[in-house]
Amino acid sequence: MVHAPAPLMPRRVLGARRLAFAAILLGLLGIAMLLSLGLGSRVTGWADLGAALSGEVETMGEATVASRVPRTALAALAGAALGLAGAVMQGVTRNPLADPGILGVNAGAALAVVTGLATLGLASAQAYIWLAILGATGAAIAVYAIASVGGGGATPLKLALAGAALTAALASLTTAIVLPRGDIAGLVQSWLVGGVGGATWDRIVPVLPFLGTGALLSLATARKLNMLALGDETASALGESLWRVRILAAAGAVTLCGAATAACGPIAFVGLVVPHLCRLLLGVDYRWILPASAVSGAVLLVLADVAGRLLARPAELDVGIVTAFLGAPVFIWIVRARRVSAL
Amino acid sequence: MTDIALKLDRLSVGYGDFPVLDGLDLSLPRGRITAIVGANACGKSTLLRAMSRLLKPRSGRVLLDGVEIHAMAPRKLARRIGLLPQSPVAPEGITVFDLVSRGRHPHQGMFGRWRREDDAAVAEALRLTGTGPLAERLVEDLSGGQRQRVWIAMALAQQTDILLLDEPTTFLDINHQIEVLDLLTDLNRERGTTIVMVLHDLNLAARYADLLVAMAHGRIHAAGLPRTVLVERMLVEVFGLDARIVADPVTAKPMMVPVGRHGADPARAAIHPMENAS
Repeated sequence: MVHAPAPLMPRRVLGARRLAFAAILLGLLGIAMLLSLGLGSRVTGWADLGAALSGEVETMGEATVASRVPRTALAALAGAALGLAGAVMQGVTRNPLADPGILGVNAGAALAVVTGLATLGLASAQAYIWLAILGATGAAIAVYAIASVGGGGATPLKLALAGAALTAALASLTTAIVLPRGDIAGLVQSWLVGGVGGATWDRIVPVLPFLGTGALLSLATARKLNMLALGDETASALGESLWRVRILAAAGAVTLCGAATAACGPIAFVGLVVPHLCRLLLGVDYRWILPASAVSGAVLLVLADVAGRLLARPAELDVGIVTAFLGAPVFIWIVRARRVSAL
Repeated sequence: MTDIALKLDRLSVGYGDFPVLDGLDLSLPRGRITAIVGANACGKSTLLRAMSRLLKPRSGRVLLDGVEIHAMAPRKLARRIGLLPQSPVAPEGITVFDLVSRGRHPHQGMFGRWRREDDAAVAEALRLTGTGPLAERLVEDLSGGQRQRVWIAMALAQQTDILLLDEPTTFLDINHQIEVLDLLTDLNRERGTTIVMVLHDLNLAARYADLLVAMAHGRIHAAGLPRTVLVERMLVEVFGLDARIVADPVTAKPMMVPVGRHGADPARAAIHPMENAS
């Protein structure tokens, strides 16, 4: 009927730019993973890398590289989970400061796991993952409830403050549980900082179905988050049920955070940094932001782990410390740039 | 006016214990422009929110073609009724084209594949609102009037036969107010869109509306043609305002002129500024 000059051309340009970005991201992930296999406190060569990947482990170097394979996989998986969860949390709360670490979700998961270790003596890995998801859910509900008290609802800064306070409280409780227990203190110390060192396939495999479920739930919210970004009223007028979006998104994010925390401890800031970077490069469409945040999160955490191994040679820095060094300045930048109310 | 687009049947809405709308009956004619006026906190915006299902009625019903809107699937309703909130929010960095495209959401399937009819709907919305040249601009870089036209374009891309607008002219300069109201009139005339809007300015409401609804204290005070509703007694009863009604020199529709405490002051009225200057 109406043949207006179709504004298709710029959309194709944007599409091409996004595809190029996707290719670059995947390339970066490949490079990061190779670095993670090849670099560490023990110096290895390219020959060791090839041998370890082909499964013929004979020398010490080859064995070292082979041991780095599950570690790299865990870093990539956890990074992807945290990046994706952060993007979903920022979208559903319309809060640029949302992050699984900052909002206390990971701390809730950690407290639940430690409590389980100390009192229940659970045996199966599955039980700990469920416990972590339960703790993450509890923390998410608590932080939202605290931030909603008083006028104006859960504003970005109130949510971040409530999250910071809750994180501190939960971490203290966790410490209080761990300290008197010499038997578990050593076990959980490195885990509590957030680390992927010493990863084994036994630790990774049980987490996979949870990560998969969380990722599917999260990715399914992409279009709904696009609507939510236009405000509750417009989203509702465009046919979205607000509570359905919130519950779906929360379920996805909490499952990802719980599973990631169960596997490698509470790691903060990955979920904060990565979605902002993706938004800067890709624009406001969550159908791109979400998958890009997952891949970028993987790249970031793998590289952070490599950096942690190199910086403190011959010892290692846990990856949670490295991300905190990276993430804290970004947090300050977001607040200073007044992007706080901009989502 | 027998053809009814939306019918409110003894509608009561409230927050907590406080009733904002109290047993409201109102029929909104299809294909016409209805303007709702009233003092602050009289329930105008609440009425609009109840009609777009943002608020659940405590009792009573909102009927669209005889079907209660709260019983309809959200997406199905979103293909019939569009809403432009008073202060809509857009994410930073969104382009006009992207924003207008999001109006297609209720028409898209599970996976949201973009179809040719979506392109056509967006192109038409941009054309009708004159926002085509702005398509690649960022929404935050636009002027208030441009931005309001973009939001109307988004609501048009939604292709609903009913469009609800909550104070679409607030925060706009007077020329942009007229521009927006003219645009809504075009839509009503050309596409037969039923328009229901809350307006602050009584004279603009009387000028652009086919049906004028005056609300007070959560009830309908008067509803009908502008010349039967915009009368001196209504202004006293609804706004507590002493005013005169004269004929708008352009359209001959009723226009109100407030008296004010100093308006009829004979001592001031006698002084002509030009005489004073000489």
